[in-house]
Amino acid sequence: MLIPPLDRKMFRDLWHMRGLAAAISVVMGCGIALFILSRSMLHSLELTQQTYYDRYNFADVFASIKRAPDELIDRIAKIPGVAIAERRIVVPVNLSVPGLDEPASGRLISVPDVGRPRLNQLYLRRGRWLTPRSDNEVLASEAFVDANQMEVGDTFSAVINGRMKELQIAGVVLSPEYIYEIKPGGIVPDNRHFGIFWMNEEALSLAFDMDGAFNDLSIKLMRGANVEDVIQRVDNLIEPYGGLGAFDRRDQLSHQFIDNEIEQNRNMGLFAPSIFLGVSAFLINVVMSRTINSQREQIAALKAFGYSNLEVGWHYIKSVLLIAAIALAIGIPAGAWFGWLVTGMYARLFHFPVFLFRIYPSVLLAAACVAATAAVLGAIGSVSRAVRLPPAEAMRPEPPAGFGPTILERMGIGHFVPPIALMVVRQLERHPIKTGFSTLAISLAVAVLVIGNFFQDSIDYMMNAQFHWVQRFDLSVAMTDPVSDRAMYELASMPGVMRCEPTRIVSARIRAGARNRRVGIRGIEPDSTLYGLVDMDGRETPLPPHGLLVSKKLADVLNVKVGDWVEMEVLTDKRPKRRVMIAATLKDFVGLSAYMDLEELRRIMLEGQVVNGVNMEVDPAYQDSLYRKLKETPAIATVMVKQHSIDSFNDTIAKNLGVMKRINLIFACIIAAGVVYNSARISLSERSRELATLRVIGFTRQEISSILLGELAIVTLLAIPVGLGLGTFFAWWMCTAFDQELFRFPMVVSNRTYAWASLVVIIASAVSGLLVRRSLDHLDLVAVLKSRE
Amino acid sequence: MTSTAPSVETVFTARRITKVYHMGEVDVHALRGVDLELYSGEFVVLLGPSGSGKSTLLNILGGLDVPSSGEVFYRDRQLTEFDDAALTRYRRDHVGFVFQFYNLIPSLTARENVGLITEIARNPMKPVEALELVDLGNRLDHFPAQMSGGEQQRVAIARAVAKRPDVLLCDEPTGALDVHTGILVLEAIQKINTELKTTTVVITHNAVIAEMADRVIHLSGGEITGVETNSRKRPASELNW
Repeated sequence: MLIPPLDRKMFRDLWHMRGLAAAISVVMGCGIALFILSRSMLHSLELTQQTYYDRYNFADVFASIKRAPDELIDRIAKIPGVAIAERRIVVPVNLSVPGLDEPASGRLISVPDVGRPRLNQLYLRRGRWLTPRSDNEVLASEAFVDANQMEVGDTFSAVINGRMKELQIAGVVLSPEYIYEIKPGGIVPDNRHFGIFWMNEEALSLAFDMDGAFNDLSIKLMRGANVEDVIQRVDNLIEPYGGLGAFDRRDQLSHQFIDNEIEQNRNMGLFAPSIFLGVSAFLINVVMSRTINSQREQIAALKAFGYSNLEVGWHYIKSVLLIAAIALAIGIPAGAWFGWLVTGMYARLFHFPVFLFRIYPSVLLAAACVAATAAVLGAIGSVSRAVRLPPAEAMRPEPPAGFGPTILERMGIGHFVPPIALMVVRQLERHPIKTGFSTLAISLAVAVLVIGNFFQDSIDYMMNAQFHWVQRFDLSVAMTDPVSDRAMYELASMPGVMRCEPTRIVSARIRAGARNRRVGIRGIEPDSTLYGLVDMDGRETPLPPHGLLVSKKLADVLNVKVGDWVEMEVLTDKRPKRRVMIAATLKDFVGLSAYMDLEELRRIMLEGQVVNGVNMEVDPAYQDSLYRKLKETPAIATVMVKQHSIDSFNDTIAKNLGVMKRINLIFACIIAAGVVYNSARISLSERSRELATLRVIGFTRQEISSILLGELAIVTLLAIPVGLGLGTFFAWWMCTAFDQELFRFPMVVSNRTYAWASLVVIIASAVSGLLVRRSLDHLDLVAVLKSRE
Repeated sequence: MTSTAPSVETVFTARRITKVYHMGEVDVHALRGVDLELYSGEFVVLLGPSGSGKSTLLNILGGLDVPSSGEVFYRDRQLTEFDDAALTRYRRDHVGFVFQFYNLIPSLTARENVGLITEIARNPMKPVEALELVDLGNRLDHFPAQMSGGEQQRVAIARAVAKRPDVLLCDEPTGALDVHTGILVLEAIQKINTELKTTTVVITHNAVIAEMADRVIHLSGGEITGVETNSRKRPASELNW
């Protein structure tokens, strides 16, 4: 095959500047990789979620009830818009798991003795389905089984109706309802101490006195059904039976987390790649301007020989497209690799039957378009200048560069500055736009590092706040049903318990006009020392004597402010409805919370000295015997040990953050090194004549290096404060973008992060600067002097 | 040669120097055994067509290049034994260069271009003094882009002489200039040679310029083909081509 001479020139030119081309391709490749990763991950997550939901019939509406007769389900099924309504029994249980001293808890869910559930169907991962009518077999969630290193056939005990009962794992399953398996009220999954189990309905209904009744229902809607209307009608039907208020997928915890993740991928999919593609467009711009300037005579010759403007322009555009093609060749496998890493991260959090990370052809096509666009945008300015250049003018060398006095001289201190320093400063001042962009590009590297570490800072802060400022207890227990506060004194007398404080948590719907949210209202004592009402800034908010203290986010969602009145509809017990005032708001991190003075809540609930939760301070020396004692206490539904949440956090979220941090570090180094290397190379080629002249007239290598590296050092040092500012701004922006009902990130950037970001960029710049400095040793003094620029 | 030899100090002595460039598969013999002596204060023109080896010879004398074989002495020191750092030192302390394309630093003014040298030299003139020597006392704060080619070349000469070099090496100093400005530049060089007594070597292929030299050394094909001594040096202002 014959390659046209112009194409050969292109390949040789590219080969000649291979270092630069490689640097640009790698930076652009990062952008492509991120683009492919986030777009494909977005599609993969959406598709996996959708397929899983469809195939396993994930319900649309959910409701819990105190106890409803079986006939009620038929009336619910007749509600317009309801396609399937399914009844079940869901009960919290305390577990005793072999190998675990501490108590664990779980949720038992009924499945029909004959046939399979119609909604929220299970995927059988290992083992077998339950034997009909067996009363001691369960299907266990994979997350729990794996976290406890259990196997099919293993047994554990559960407190069922006050009695320890041995249960055997018949099969290991996954459910679309529990893709993200988290204890109610928890903020991180703790699969070792919390599991979901499915059991034959008959056995469960007998054990919990639910014969002919149910306490939980799932509804599949018809296409086009009005969700709000169905929820309203369901609420009306279940209310007499102690309905806790129906809710749709938006309030379903597992679904919320996955949607949250999808949303993050959507945001990052636009933001992160743009940084890299923007920087690579800038680098291409710098390199192409330089290349075209140095090829003026060649361009003139080509035109003189009859090549059209279009052919000349296309020749240069092709060369940047080739760089984009190399970037794709780097970015596609890198994107696939990142995909593999992130899939591993998701596997720690989400439990899908199959999660396939696929790179979609449409994403590849989009990536190719994006890369080509970035490349062409970067080159278009200098290429069009080349195209417009009349041949005769192109034959003449570029006129000498004009320089003027710099800021130093205008300030009147020019005379004290050595000429070498003047050279550096004037060079930077002469190309303010280029200097500005170089600074910006390096500052983006700083910013990428700041953002990467910001998440760590923010989450560290959040966890520290949550685990030390808010949850000051060591252990928190929840009762199956409200009990007299005498139970608390029983707990207080258990071994190692140093302090106990009561809480009363009720599920309620808070309405403000057309807006409403289901929340748990936590009644606490005003002088509580084991539970702190602390905001993002670490400030303690006193519990108001009357009215509600709510998350700032809840107030925003309901569009209310302090002093407004809302309707509080309690969904349990006597179901009181009251108008209460929003007495204060709290800028907290997690979920939508509402707090009330314990006594006032009891008054509203029309009840006496009742509690359904106790926070405890515990002497660690006695914890084993305390755990044993708690496991045997029937009234306790769940025990939350704070240390387990912390361990579990470190095991999942912290690991994932570690992966993200490493990816970020690689990226930031690539940007910083790419930009500095590029600037240094261009500077070297533009100024090789100057530098060689200086060498000839007696300057040493160190002295001329200081000119070249001085320029880079100034740009890098300028870039650092800009980058720190930019990173802080991006961090702030992300706090705003991720301000969701589930989580809010506190805007915290530690000094360590700032120092680390600056240091990494300085090192990356220094290394790439020194790499280029080595070329100074090969400067051909004689040749440079003979040639006319 | 004999007329000046015994009484005057020898600045450069070259013995049997050769220079071979390996250009791909071809060896180019730029110098084929050159013997040469240059004396203190004399004005020498190296005359020859392009490819005759004159630039190579000048580069070797100036410490920019090393011969393939042979020895070069600068006064009593053997240049051919110098390492890179010593050559840099030598250029810094003893040699003034003037190039065909001036090679000024575009980002520095005339005064600063000269100042670049006076910063690092041992016993320099003031930049203004050097520029006045080449009649540019009125262009001190102009940038190269604001000056004509002749003016730029005279700044280059001022830059070369500001350190009070022992030798001034000029490679086709008028090559890029028209006659009129070329003569102004040559006048400046001649003035340096007579007033400062700086040993001056000018490379040219312009035979007219040879008339202002003490001695003219003809090069061709990498060899010295002849040496003439001018009985009367013509002032640069009388030249025309």
